[in-house]
Amino acid sequence: MSYSVTIFILILPLTVFVLNGLLSNKLSHRLAGWLATGSMGIATVLAWLTAYNYFFQSSSYEKLIPFQITWLRFTETLQIDMGILLDPISVMMLVVITTVSLMVFLYSMGYMQGEKGFIRYFSFLSLFSFSMLGLVVATNLFQLYMFWELVGVSSYLLIGYYYDKPEAVAAAKKAFIVTRFADFGFLVGILLLSYYTGTFDFTKITNPENAAIAGMTGISFMGLSVLTLALTLIFMGGAGKSAMFPLHIWLPDAMEGPTPVSALIHAATMVVAGVFLVARMFPVFSFHAPEALDAVAFIGAFTLLFAAIIACTQTDIKRILAFSTMSQIGYMMLALGVSGYGSEGLGFTASMFHLFTHAFFKALLFLGAGSIIHALHKNDIREMGNLRKHQPITHIVFLIACLAIAGIPPFAGFFSKDEILSAAFASNPIYFGIAALAAGLTAFYMFRLYFLVFWGNERTYEHSPHESPVLMLIPMIVLAIGSIFTGFIPFGNFVSSDSQPLQAHLNVTVAIISVMMAILGITVAWIFYKKESLLPEKISNMSGALYHTVVRKFYIDEIYLFITRKIIFNLISRPIAWFDRHIIDAFMDFTATATNWVSKEIKGLQSGQLQHYGYIFLSGVILIVLVMIFTNT
Amino acid sequence: MLLISLIVIPALTALAVMFARNAQQVKTLSATGMSIQLIQSFYLLYEFLKERSAGNSETVLFGNRLEWYPSLHISFDYGVDGISVAMILLTSIVIFTGVFASWEVKDQAKEFFASLIILATGVFGFFISLDLFVMFLFFELAVIPMYLLIGIWGSGKKEYSAMKLTLMLMAGSALLVVGILGIYFHSDVNGSHSFNIIDLANQNFPMEMQRIFFPLTFIGFGVIGALFPFHTWSPDGHSSAPTAVSMLHAGVLMKLGGYGCLKVAIYLMPQAANEMAWIFLILTSISVIYGALGVIAQTDLKYINAYSSVSHCGLVLFALLMLNKTASNGAVLQMISHGLMTALFFALIGMLYSRTHTRIVHEMGGLMKVLPFLSVCYVIAGLASLGLPGLSGFVAEMTIFVGAFQHPDMFHRVITIIAISSIVVTAVYILRVVGGLLMGPIKNEEYNNLKDATWYERLATVTLIAAIVIIGIAPLWLSDIIMESLGVILR
Repeated sequence: MSYSVTIFILILPLTVFVLNGLLSNKLSHRLAGWLATGSMGIATVLAWLTAYNYFFQSSSYEKLIPFQITWLRFTETLQIDMGILLDPISVMMLVVITTVSLMVFLYSMGYMQGEKGFIRYFSFLSLFSFSMLGLVVATNLFQLYMFWELVGVSSYLLIGYYYDKPEAVAAAKKAFIVTRFADFGFLVGILLLSYYTGTFDFTKITNPENAAIAGMTGISFMGLSVLTLALTLIFMGGAGKSAMFPLHIWLPDAMEGPTPVSALIHAATMVVAGVFLVARMFPVFSFHAPEALDAVAFIGAFTLLFAAIIACTQTDIKRILAFSTMSQIGYMMLALGVSGYGSEGLGFTASMFHLFTHAFFKALLFLGAGSIIHALHKNDIREMGNLRKHQPITHIVFLIACLAIAGIPPFAGFFSKDEILSAAFASNPIYFGIAALAAGLTAFYMFRLYFLVFWGNERTYEHSPHESPVLMLIPMIVLAIGSIFTGFIPFGNFVSSDSQPLQAHLNVTVAIISVMMAILGITVAWIFYKKESLLPEKISNMSGALYHTVVRKFYIDEIYLFITRKIIFNLISRPIAWFDRHIIDAFMDFTATATNWVSKEIKGLQSGQLQHYGYIFLSGVILIVLVMIFTNT
Repeated sequence: MLLISLIVIPALTALAVMFARNAQQVKTLSATGMSIQLIQSFYLLYEFLKERSAGNSETVLFGNRLEWYPSLHISFDYGVDGISVAMILLTSIVIFTGVFASWEVKDQAKEFFASLIILATGVFGFFISLDLFVMFLFFELAVIPMYLLIGIWGSGKKEYSAMKLTLMLMAGSALLVVGILGIYFHSDVNGSHSFNIIDLANQNFPMEMQRIFFPLTFIGFGVIGALFPFHTWSPDGHSSAPTAVSMLHAGVLMKLGGYGCLKVAIYLMPQAANEMAWIFLILTSISVIYGALGVIAQTDLKYINAYSSVSHCGLVLFALLMLNKTASNGAVLQMISHGLMTALFFALIGMLYSRTHTRIVHEMGGLMKVLPFLSVCYVIAGLASLGLPGLSGFVAEMTIFVGAFQHPDMFHRVITIIAISSIVVTAVYILRVVGGLLMGPIKNEEYNNLKDATWYERLATVTLIAAIVIIGIAPLWLSDIIMESLGVILR
């Protein structure tokens, strides 16, 4: 099989987007849904075939470009190409995106059944898959940036899917604007980088021997090398998309979108685009801008802990999962940040590995949450309980996902998290401490959720909750299988920072510590929430103000609101609007009024009366004569 | 002949409209005339591409000279390069859709359509002229009907707005006259003065002369291109103008400014442009940011679009002043892109207004449910405006930013970063409007009875969207024909 068929992985969802979008009044729901799902199925098969060929049929994992055209020319050297770049991380991402997309498409066929905007939904979802796939196979920074914006807008459209709900509209707007702000940094970073290197091409930029890049480290601006500055700005874009502190505020609100959307976009794929971006640029970070990489590690570690703490106090099932996603992405960023290159590149491999396994169990958690919400029509975990009786299959797969994310062997999350902890352990004890602590918190908040929802007392529900239809269960089961077994993949053989196989061994010390932390977290959750108990309330009352700060997510949203409403809107925009009307425009009006006034004042001079003219003439003559007399003497 | 017919057809259409017997005939005639014009423009593009690919590398194609006033060296010189072809295409698309967007004009339809088409004739003439004097005549021909169109068929404070707009543009024209005459009297082509741009471009004007006349011509054209602080005619003018007039004005007329700045001020006086660019760069970057921030506080759809036009057109002049090919290419692309999307915006605002009778954002809401077609169009226009890849705005803005950032000077790069920050502000105001206007619950019960777009409204919006999408997806051909002409202008 030639690699050129990979182009169809992109063309299929694009075609579905256009067809479903244009014919949304003409198609039947069934046809539109199966059209989208079927195409995604074919794309998935193609992606798996590509991966098989790439990883098992070739001896070395080189960068391949099976397809490329010039899209727009800027200068002799700078141009935007549209192409497909295959290398270990992009092939791995192709597999992840198509697989999770397919599962979510299938699931949505059941979940969204009967919705009025069913076809619109599948159209947008296909647009998203297309954009995300285009993003990971981009051959150059600008192509990546374009698809980056496109995933942003598909995310906007899908968060705002229930467009008559004001919260959904606000959430969509917030998500787009916050990421747009981050993309501003990203764009400036791209421009800076391309200005000095004269190229957008990944193959040139990420080549460690590239002379232009090496030359750039010498140029400094305000004490930092320009390259460090450029890469930090590029990372800002990644941090926005991946909801890293302090650009994370949009992700919890993004949960207003339909739950399958949250599974696909806001858990498995789009939010890890930032991680992918850093991985894509990793050689540059590693060789030429270690300071920028330190920033990645720091932000990653901070978000990891920060989000895990908040997750412990939230009560909305999807928001807990959203904070958990932030926290897990923090792991990935941290791993990249502490990684070296080549044989030191355990962190890189670990990060990609965690991205891979996380896609399965986090998508599963969201789909499980969707199954619950579908049955109960509510999101608050305090109003749920004893659901294991009503939804046995959902219960089992959800438990598997919880064990996977908590890092209990032999589930997938254990292996990838262990590699991350080992990488952190080798780099900096503080980072290791944070990561291990967060592992315990992860286990705690996941099992808090699990026990509250599936155990505890039976609640009175409006409708008796029922198990979800088969169309929703099959994808969940598939993902559950993935969450159990993907951990056994020898990931280092396939994906590493320099495309050479990397042997990663299980670090037993680290493994014991992390499993102990996880078990501790689960035990605490079990004591607190397995049966109704007063303990949690007592503890929250004891911590008082601190607890409230955490529940209110450390007031970050309020700070943003203050800046945007009070400062930008009230102190900048309004005064500008006023200034424009009352100063600049008033000046223009004043010119007109002044002209009017002057003409009114002097029009008396042209009265048409002869004696008037004669009088003025005579006065003038006398005046001139007087002046001449006096100036002569 | 091809070019002459570009002004003859609209002129004849305008004349024929005056003899029409009823409103139906007026509309049919206008629509036919402008359809022919649209076809002609595409044929011109086809011929142009054919000539270029055949290796014809002359500066202007299909040119000719008709003597008019030999003693003053005024002649009707015409010819087109890639930029003019692109602008002609834009103009014919906008006037074509403008006719359909004014389908419901009833009062004095005859005079309305005739004035509208005369205005377009002026614009077409402007784009094909190579003689400064004739170019100026066409410029005025395009500006004058605006007074009548706003003053008679407008709404709100229409007399005030029409007067303000005309006076401010006239003030700009006054500077232009001085500038053009200055150029004329300093020229020496074979022992005599000249108005011909191609001849003038080979003149090496002394620096003292350029220092005086560059700013005059630049500001003269800049006024209609909404250069800060001479932009205030725009919000009032647009808010009072009828739909098609706003479309034509923001879509095409404001582009005469950018086109003139490039092809007259910068082309003829490059040294002064280089020396004084920084002053105008500061003014234009103020336009970009100030316009964008100013929008956030607006509530009237037309004001919103007028201020955002200030921001987007500011970017055009900003890019031109970078004086390099990439940025200038971006400027021309931005003129076309902004022309299309602002025409779409104004068309849609007109269509919404005719249904809801308000233009205040917070008085509407939830329109997506009752007017899905128009709402989707509005969303697309918005996304184009905030620079979504795949739509024309992205192509234009990115070309500008990349081009501007290639400037070796630190000042230029820093000011570029400031201009880039406008993409965030643009996202804020676009999404605010889209959210408030189209989404959320329906605020007014009566809106439930609204009817979605009619066939002529669909024709107008779909044509504009198609152009926006085509440029957004496949920009290379357009960028190439513009780039090739810029090689001559920015020597």
